[in-house]
Amino acid sequence: MTGTFALMAWPVILPLLGAVLALLVGRDGVRWVAGVASVATLTAVVVLVWKVATDGVLHQDLGGWGAPLGIAWRADGLAALMLLTVALVGSLISVNALDHFGSREDREFLPLWLFVWCALNALMLSADAFNLYVTLELTTLGAVSLIVVRRDLPGLEAGLRYLLFALPGSLCYLLGIALLYGAYAALDVGLLAQRVQPGPVTWVAAGLVTVGLCLKTPLFPLHVWLPPTYTGAPTPVTALLSALISKGSYYVLFRLWLEVFSPVLDAEVGQFLGVLGAAAVLWGALLALSQSKLKRVVAYSSVSQIGYMFLLFPMATRGAQAGAIYLVVSHAAAKASMFVAVGNIHQAVGITDLGGVQGLAHRMPFTFLAMALGGISLIGIPPSGGFIAKWLLLNASVETHQWWWGGVLLVGSLLAAAYVFRILRGSFLPLPPGVEVRSIPLGKELAPLALALLALVLGLVPWFPLGLLSVGMAR
Amino acid sequence: MNTWLPLCVVLSSLLPGLVIFLLSDAQRRTRTVLNLGAAALKLLLTAAMAWGVFRGRHYETRLPFLPNADLVLKADTFSLLFITLSAVLWFVTTIYAVGYLEGTEHLSRFFGFFSLCVASTMGIALAGNLLTFFLFYEMLTLSTYPLVIHKGTAEALRAGNVYLRYTLIGATLLLAGVVLLYMLAGSVEFTERGALWGVKEHRTGLVVAFALLISGLGVKAALVPLHGWLPVAMVAPAPVSALLHAVAVVKAGAFGITRIIYDVYGVFLVHDLGVMRPLAVVAAVTILYGSFRALQQGDLKRRLAYSTVSQVAYIIVGVSIFGTVSTIGGLVHLVHQGVMKITLFFCAGNFAEELHVHRVSELRGIGRRMPLTMGAFTIAALGMIGIPPVAGFITKWYLGIGALEAKEPWLVGVLLLSSLLNAGYFLPILYSAWFQAPLQEWKPSPRGWEIGLSLLLPTVTTAVLSLAAGLFAGGELSPLGWTRLITEREFRP
Repeated sequence: MTGTFALMAWPVILPLLGAVLALLVGRDGVRWVAGVASVATLTAVVVLVWKVATDGVLHQDLGGWGAPLGIAWRADGLAALMLLTVALVGSLISVNALDHFGSREDREFLPLWLFVWCALNALMLSADAFNLYVTLELTTLGAVSLIVVRRDLPGLEAGLRYLLFALPGSLCYLLGIALLYGAYAALDVGLLAQRVQPGPVTWVAAGLVTVGLCLKTPLFPLHVWLPPTYTGAPTPVTALLSALISKGSYYVLFRLWLEVFSPVLDAEVGQFLGVLGAAAVLWGALLALSQSKLKRVVAYSSVSQIGYMFLLFPMATRGAQAGAIYLVVSHAAAKASMFVAVGNIHQAVGITDLGGVQGLAHRMPFTFLAMALGGISLIGIPPSGGFIAKWLLLNASVETHQWWWGGVLLVGSLLAAAYVFRILRGSFLPLPPGVEVRSIPLGKELAPLALALLALVLGLVPWFPLGLLSVGMAR
Repeated sequence: MNTWLPLCVVLSSLLPGLVIFLLSDAQRRTRTVLNLGAAALKLLLTAAMAWGVFRGRHYETRLPFLPNADLVLKADTFSLLFITLSAVLWFVTTIYAVGYLEGTEHLSRFFGFFSLCVASTMGIALAGNLLTFFLFYEMLTLSTYPLVIHKGTAEALRAGNVYLRYTLIGATLLLAGVVLLYMLAGSVEFTERGALWGVKEHRTGLVVAFALLISGLGVKAALVPLHGWLPVAMVAPAPVSALLHAVAVVKAGAFGITRIIYDVYGVFLVHDLGVMRPLAVVAAVTILYGSFRALQQGDLKRRLAYSTVSQVAYIIVGVSIFGTVSTIGGLVHLVHQGVMKITLFFCAGNFAEELHVHRVSELRGIGRRMPLTMGAFTIAALGMIGIPPVAGFITKWYLGIGALEAKEPWLVGVLLLSSLLNAGYFLPILYSAWFQAPLQEWKPSPRGWEIGLSLLLPTVTTAVLSLAAGLFAGGELSPLGWTRLITEREFRP
């Protein structure tokens, strides 16, 4: 294997190898295999990130096939940052997931997660539209298996619902790229960018691709599947779905829009996506405010946060791009931390209502600290990654004289503050009598805290991720 | 050393704060040593820095942050005015808080957030540009919230909600203003003549940004009608009220407004944009409204809270009329109000702690039982009214002369009326405390002193400071002397 190829292949091969081995070994071996595979993959990702940060964009044709037909891999700063996010956030979520289920599900969860990790890494590295489709499909299928891992009714319902929405999404996307291939005889993102012309074919193709990916991400008003699915899935899986898997489809949309479509589409289309994003921000936050179940508040918050990421399209400056990706990354850390913390609370007191958190801050300090720090990042209060994202997007809205997007952002963060503090405030009250708090392993309490600290660190040293992101950025 | 000193001042309370969180509630001695050690260290660092700045040295920490926006901490004469005040008052408040909260629960949480609060205040004072200022300003909001709801009662939680609602909306307006200003003028750093000095274009944008910034900061500074959180937040424990009213929160707002006027826009530009007069009017309304409401309160802490609304607006009035003398009056009041108001809250805490007295009507004859505390209260109250030689007189004198000099004679009327109202809500307390017989016999003190020394000494100390700031106002290193130095540099043509 040549140097560049090895650098890019290890992050994909290692989790796959781990997944297969973990399926083969017995009950006791799963954790060891998964642990070793995770550390190895994390190392491979860090090496790749370091290489991209120092040497610039990496490019590799696979199996002797070059563009236009073949399969190419490309690692720019954006891909590197996403790989790093998946590795860090995913590992911490799976640490928290240990002992979450019964022993059978435990044995299945880890190999499945390694498989999804492999698919996500391959997705981030893909440089052509068809490969993006394949890896996206693999991610979806892996996600469905994860959702139903418990084989209980809510999980099965959630899995089926996810599948029912994700499959039409994939189909739309596939149709879209088939049209593009028919018209321009290219699948490579770089080649497409050169060849695509304004015209009916492009419009239809862009429409199909966008609808498909918005269904999967999901963007308002296609979000209807999200809250019930997120609520029905086991909590660690919800964390993976919200933090990482939904970001896979957004990543594809981000790449295709900014590198292929936006130069040939009218600005109105971007404005339209922005309007949907703004509606998502407000509608999601309002619904989050009206929920009485803890997990649903956090789930609706995702609808709202995903909305912010679409405010990028009407502004599309370099700063706005950085802001959107910064939001993707910090939301991954912060939202994962919150979902995982919610899982801990369920496990400790068995209560799912908002009122159930009363007095818990004293008994589960790390879990609630994680919840608070994660919440701060969701609101966008400094110091947190969420604030940096908000700052960059706000600057872009003023810079492009579209101050109303900035207004949406600010109102959205006030609403976020309202639902986050609705969760937190009861926790300071004295513990009501008769509540039994089961103790939780320290590792499970520390994992969400580590995730929340990740969101905090993103707000303290933004120059590193932003510097990485600028490697090979379009425009 | 000159490079890292500002950062060390912030870290000197941030790091101990983080360690304190990890202590168990039982580790009382370790916690107290850490608290007081950090406070003492900060005093030393601040003193060293003040001496350096006085002799013309330059202290600046600059860290890379965002493209075209660094994190900058630097010490100028104005930031030193604020950090010296905070460092001194934090030291006494720590002693007071240790005594006041002894034997209650969740002390590590309390002192952890207490330290974060001070670290944020230091950051606000030393911030060298608006982004840095905003970061610490928000950190202050987050670290005071747990202190406001510390008691964990339903009432405290409600107060916390009100506090958050006001401050987060304020912060949002502030952020909008900061972003707008960054787009109009780039990364502006605070300079002694105003960073936007001489800017001619974007006048509308600058006025809009100014309005956003001032209304954002006005929430913490409790300008009417943005003051609603302050009287509610007095459910917090007495040391927290002292901190909110005298050092950290309201001062952060007033300090920020001053920074915007003098060091971002520059006083000449603000004057030129015509936004000073409206601000002065808002502040004048606040002065009168706060005093009126204070007069109506039967609860001692509530009365003091409304008095804060009124008194902090003196600072805003001072800095929002054009002229050196009024500026001196406004800036020096930042310090004077701090020492006097903290004394009053300490006293209110002492009354509540020792005799469970919360209402003004219950104060009859309290001077016999707690003469030193009541003595301290008397000094501070007289200062608030503006009676010489207590510090408050200096403020009102300069403000009055400044208003006349700036041809705003109506303000003298406001000041006189306000003093009359101040007298109206303080003098009856003094009279009944000293000259009326108590409602029933006070329970005698179990110790030689009227109340534990850790509560008494801070109270007496700040009362003496209020007196000293007035008596020795002529000295070069007195608050007044230092303020003159600041003002000379701001108005240098």
